[in-house]
Amino acid sequence: MKPYTMDFDVKARDFSSAGESSSKFRKTLLMLSIPSDIVRRASIAAYEAEMNIVIHSYGGKMHFEIYSDKIVIIAEDTGPGIKDLELAMKEGYSTAPKEVIEMGFGAGMGLPNMKRNADTMEIVNHDESGTKIVMTINF
Amino acid sequence: MYFHSVTLDRDRCKGCTNCIKRCPTEAIRVRDGKAKIIKEKCIDCGECVRVCPYHAKVVVTDDIGMMENYKYKIALPAPSLYGQFKDMTIGDILTSLQSCGFDEVFEVAYAADIVSYITRNIVKTKDYKRPIISSACPAIVRLIQQRFPSLMDNILDIMPPVEVAGKIARDEAKKKTGLKDEEIGVFFVSPCAAKVTSVKNPIGIEKSYINGVFSMRDVYSMILDKRKFVEKKIDHTSSMIGVGWANAGGESYGTSLENCLFVDGIQNVIGVLEDIELGKLDDIDFFEGLACVGGCVGGPLTVANNFVARNRIMKLKEKLNKDEATKKYIEVDFNEFMLNVKLKKSDVLNLDEDIDKAIDMMNSIDEIYKSLPGLDCGSCGSPGCRALAEDIVKGFASEYDCIFKLKDRIKILAEEINKLSIKIPPVIGSDKEVKP
Repeated sequence: MKPYTMDFDVKARDFSSAGESSSKFRKTLLMLSIPSDIVRRASIAAYEAEMNIVIHSYGGKMHFEIYSDKIVIIAEDTGPGIKDLELAMKEGYSTAPKEVIEMGFGAGMGLPNMKRNADTMEIVNHDESGTKIVMTINF
Repeated sequence: MYFHSVTLDRDRCKGCTNCIKRCPTEAIRVRDGKAKIIKEKCIDCGECVRVCPYHAKVVVTDDIGMMENYKYKIALPAPSLYGQFKDMTIGDILTSLQSCGFDEVFEVAYAADIVSYITRNIVKTKDYKRPIISSACPAIVRLIQQRFPSLMDNILDIMPPVEVAGKIARDEAKKKTGLKDEEIGVFFVSPCAAKVTSVKNPIGIEKSYINGVFSMRDVYSMILDKRKFVEKKIDHTSSMIGVGWANAGGESYGTSLENCLFVDGIQNVIGVLEDIELGKLDDIDFFEGLACVGGCVGGPLTVANNFVARNRIMKLKEKLNKDEATKKYIEVDFNEFMLNVKLKKSDVLNLDEDIDKAIDMMNSIDEIYKSLPGLDCGSCGSPGCRALAEDIVKGFASEYDCIFKLKDRIKILAEEINKLSIKIPPVIGSDKEVKP
């Protein structure tokens, strides 16, 4: 069965349109009759991944695949990667710049929230070339 | 059948596209030169009523004459009524209202005091999901059922003030008069369409305590007529908290919770609900979302300018006590005023209940959408190109409803016809060789 796919470019530090792709993704899930708790979890996972690209990277892409029994979310960016993965997975640990934190973003909950809401989360790449994260949510 | 208060006056409708573009749930299409409301999608917010330049969107309310079917008649004025009149005290308004043919007036503001009191106490004892979402604006509750089903569990399960007022007024009148339930008529004076609908199709309760809903506009002129002849003064029983419910933020104030957020205007509410669903507003205790700008004073059935009305409400509030009203009800059993019918999610956005089929349809929608001009002009009768693509896939519209697509097709056909027209049959003009 062919999945429904969605692709979005995400700009670095563009806080005014940040979250737009997650919002469109969320509305699509509702139209596709995805159960409401899955819609919520997938939206949160997508939003956090998108915000990570906005805050930390030099720009990236969000890719969504929706199947009848699972959702795959791929967030890929060029950027500094994640230096200390173990620390990054800790709640409240943030490497976001001061001005971003002052805006109310970068509270150090991104990766932990993604992990909590996705059924699987694989960090495919996190070196200096960029970060790629693949999440799946099953239903 | 589901009743809607917002309906179309066909004669007035010019078939323009103002309403289809402003409808927050994309519930209107123009067909055959007239707007058509998709009943399943409409949440009766009243945006189209406000935006229609020809006043073709009408709010159906009950006829005031229906009062005559009841022996004992009670009026329930919404708090927003107090903001409609210049230089009239709440007492003046209530007295004039009663003299319009009612046996009794029971303030919804007073019931709002009780709801605030219950809210203050219940949030201490019951473990609510945060933020707790107000259930007061029926258009917002319907919006959540349709677009934010995962937030249904956050909705405060207390009856809205109008139903609390209806219940108390009815019970007290039965005791006082000895009349039967069906002999007592309870009538709400409403600022909006959504509340009319919620009386006919109750949210969270089996049956409404209200018999009829009158438009604030109709009652407004009746009150002005009676105003001069009023003698006996009725005093109000509500406090500043209950009266404050007329304005956006009034309910929040009444909760006494530390971190409240109130948002008015349906598009603004949609944005904030998205944030709530994403968990971005977990630090908020209480969320009050109101479809109309300004809150109930901005309702489509009000008369006064909503900013002026809001100001009047603030002035009236200054003269009132804070906690006088609810003393009598402190001993009341809260359970009497709780919602007891579980809210159901609306499936109206689903393309198909079968996910595979829905995915197929979504792929077709994308395919069609790519071929459309992307102007969102509305000439096809759908709110935008994306909505037209959806309508085509659902079978409600055709590709050539798009005038640009139609024009392109005509151009291709015209060129084809042109090509054919310059072809000369060999009998007349061809000097082509004839080969064996």
